[in-house]
Amino acid sequence: MVTIETPRSPRSRKHAKWEKWGWLYMRYSGVLLLGLIFGHLFINLYSGEGIKAIDFAFVAGKWADPFWQVYDVTMLWLALIHGTNGMRTIVNDYAERETVRVRLNYTLWIVCGALIILGTLVCFTFDPCIDQAMRETLGPAVCKG
Amino acid sequence: MPTKPAGTLYRGKIGMWSWVLHRITGVAIFFFLLVHTLDTALVRVSPEAYNAVINTYKTPIIGLAELGLVAAILFHGLNGIRVILIDFWRKGAKYQNVMFWIVIAIALAIFAVFTPRHLSHVFG
Repeated sequence: MVTIETPRSPRSRKHAKWEKWGWLYMRYSGVLLLGLIFGHLFINLYSGEGIKAIDFAFVAGKWADPFWQVYDVTMLWLALIHGTNGMRTIVNDYAERETVRVRLNYTLWIVCGALIILGTLVCFTFDPCIDQAMRETLGPAVCKG
Repeated sequence: MPTKPAGTLYRGKIGMWSWVLHRITGVAIFFFLLVHTLDTALVRVSPEAYNAVINTYKTPIIGLAELGLVAAILFHGLNGIRVILIDFWRKGAKYQNVMFWIVIAIALAIFAVFTPRHLSHVFG
């Protein structure tokens, strides 16, 4: 005899609880990201010369202030987890084979984790002195050696 | 006799199409985010590498694509607020339709302010 599980029953209580946290995360991070990303676009793409002003010196100027480092890293973590969780939802909706679904989701979270580590390290270990023009501007007090 | 599924408040109307648009813009923004994290990481490699890549963002074709990106972000962000209101506001479901048009109106207003300025940076 073939047994079919009760329709609409959650896979497990623990799983349902985890899904609820994901659902809530999308909403809380969404509100924060709205402010952070609109601010990011206003400063980097709208103010001053917009896209034309973006270069290494622009980034160096911004990341000289810890406020913008924390701002950008917060945005990075929130956005990558928000985006990856959204992609997971889409994969769960459309992937028909279980092995494909599980592998796609693993790939998504590995990429997410790698980019979070990369982006965080890049922002907090940023060194303006690797640029010759910046070395001359900042002087030996900042750029040693 | 199988009959055509009855229409619902959701199927085939604003509720459905806003959901479709939310997904499409979300996927587009996700892939841009992957690229944008990697291109920004070049500031840790060399100023020349970073400047070379970021200069492609100032070309006419990518400059126009940035308008699409900003439009997608405007819709996704503002429609996200609509989704939250549908979920948490007592009257959210009742007003979901009019909230969609408010989202479109705010997005268009911001887009109308942003577009000429961005185009003048790209083509100016």
